Amino acid sequence: MFELPLQELPVSEIVETATQWLVDTFSGFFNFVTQYGSRFMSNFTNVLSIVPPFLFILLIALLSYFANNRKMGLPVFTLIGLGYILNQGLWGQLLDTIALIVVAAIVTVIIGIPIGILSAKNDTANAIIQPVLDFMQTMPAFVYLIPAVAFFGIGMVPGIFASFIYALAPTVRFTNLGIREINPELIEASESFGSTNSQKLFKVELPLAKNTIMAGINQTVMLTLSMVVIASMIGAPGLGGNVLTALQRAQVGEGFVSGLAIVILAVIVDRLTQSLGRDKRA
Amino acid sequence: MTTKIKVKNLTKIFGDNQKEALELTKKGVSKNDILEQTGATVGVYEANLTINEGEIFVIMGLSGSGKSTLVRMLNRLIEPTDGAVKIDGEDIIQMDDANLREVRRKKISMVFQNFGLFPHKTILENTEYGLEVQGIDKNERKERAEQALDNAGLLPYKDQYPDQLSGGMQQRVGLARALANDPEIILMDEAFSALDPLIRRDMQDELLELQKNQKRTIIFITHDLNESLRLGDRIAIMKDGQVVQVDSGDDILMNPANEYVERFVEDIDRSLVYTAENIMSTTPEYIIKDENDTQSALKHMEEKDISNIIVVEEDMTLRGYLDREEVAQAVMDGQSEIDPLLHTTLPTVRPKTLVKNLYDIIHDIDTPVAVIDSNDKLLGIVVRGAVLSALSEEGRDNVLNS
Repeated sequence: MFELPLQELPVSEIVETATQWLVDTFSGFFNFVTQYGSRFMSNFTNVLSIVPPFLFILLIALLSYFANNRKMGLPVFTLIGLGYILNQGLWGQLLDTIALIVVAAIVTVIIGIPIGILSAKNDTANAIIQPVLDFMQTMPAFVYLIPAVAFFGIGMVPGIFASFIYALAPTVRFTNLGIREINPELIEASESFGSTNSQKLFKVELPLAKNTIMAGINQTVMLTLSMVVIASMIGAPGLGGNVLTALQRAQVGEGFVSGLAIVILAVIVDRLTQSLGRDKRA
Repeated sequence: MTTKIKVKNLTKIFGDNQKEALELTKKGVSKNDILEQTGATVGVYEANLTINEGEIFVIMGLSGSGKSTLVRMLNRLIEPTDGAVKIDGEDIIQMDDANLREVRRKKISMVFQNFGLFPHKTILENTEYGLEVQGIDKNERKERAEQALDNAGLLPYKDQYPDQLSGGMQQRVGLARALANDPEIILMDEAFSALDPLIRRDMQDELLELQKNQKRTIIFITHDLNESLRLGDRIAIMKDGQVVQVDSGDDILMNPANEYVERFVEDIDRSLVYTAENIMSTTPEYIIKDENDTQSALKHMEEKDISNIIVVEEDMTLRGYLDREEVAQAVMDGQSEIDPLLHTTLPTVRPKTLVKNLYDIIHDIDTPVAVIDSNDKLLGIVVRGAVLSALSEEGRDNVLNS
């Protein structure tokens, strides 16, 4: 007769052993990444902080003016919003947060687009990648913090790692979708003229999938931004840190001020990345 | 005539159990039985075709007949399950990727039903595409693409994007893009089917015009019989993945290979297909000018009970016709010369004149229309009744038997 396993299966032990094994085996690699990663991040933030805040705000406002078809809405919002953050004394935290999301988004895009292409081209790969992405997206984001600390200690680098895991899915999915939804006749046209696979990819598929891929990148950037507060729990500096402190000390006012700063940043980043994906001809 | 493409036992099976299904096709089991026994669909069933250099070869069939699959196997956009496609004697099915790419780049171009233009590229960039993937230097490919656009009268639009052009213009770009590579073979998959009827006719004319100047081998896919008949030097009719008949347009209309083809050609507008040659009487009543006088001419007409008669020289060169009443008058007046009575205004047509174009000539005259060759020699005559009966259903058989 079939018996139910009455004993608890040692799932957590297995995961712990596996993580420990990873930490032990790849400690050299993890140390390397942690060391150079944090050095790079602090250099990056330092470079950002060299720029005088007023000039910085002006540059972002100009960028949003030209990226948004020369409409005045976003530039005005940028001036007021960033001016408010500067006024509240959150400039340093803002730069830390920008550095975190920029690097996390770039890493995610660099790794995510090739995975998306693979998954568009190969049905077997797609069948494996899709459930992995589902898993990564639905697992509570806090859970990633634990191995992130195990691998990279605390600070900026594990924050980027956790954001990367959390935000990878949209870039991969949208790249996959963008390539798969291309009119098959265009693919045939490209092949019928004797394109190699890479000519087909770079001259036809990626340009045609561009708008969809950009929508995915926009989603990825927004997800990294939403990880800012969570990542602050493992010592990633930035606006999220202030929110966390306010939470721990039950300071409603402080929490609101930092939270609002995150919202302002989110709006600017969202509109800017969206405008990158827009068709210039339209 | 040299053979350009030889298609041998070309078979495409979709779905599972392809091996098993292929065995069954070799035994000649029907498509439906194969589907029942194996679950596999036979897209193209042992197609055999010989396509000559410089001809427009039309493959016609309804949707699902396998014509699009067949044409895609000619440049291996679809990989055949079995069979051979020999282009200039070389089997492209056996080629490795690099050689296949060479063939696609240099020898075969394709034109698509929905034009297949890249929406993110300008008209010029689209036209350059085939040259670009060959790695041709930027200046040269621009020059060649501009030349191709200029030939199609599209040069002013070169910096526009496809969605700024009408359907007809887009397909002209599609054709110009195919021609920019200077291919020996062009595959046209329902190339004009998405265009409205007037534009479609223009494009057909343009294609025929193009073919007059530069003989390329064109494989043209269509579901439209009128289009097939207009364009095709030869036509292959497909049904359920099989090629059921390959013939010239006339032969298909006149000798349908089976009931299916017969039903297909039933409601064709024959006036667009039949020519004077098809409906003319090759044994008209005529007299030779130098051997007759008014009396013998009148006698001839009275015997045959006709109101006029054609007059030719001894070598059959057309001279004109005589009117019975006028001849009778002349006989009474005692005039024997027929020359003064000769009407030289007899309408004439060439044997290849379409019946459609005979309407205007024939509708308000009493005389028959003479069919003459380029040396004015009489080949036959067309009478009004023949035009009408050729277009009616029963008339067809009479025409065919005449």
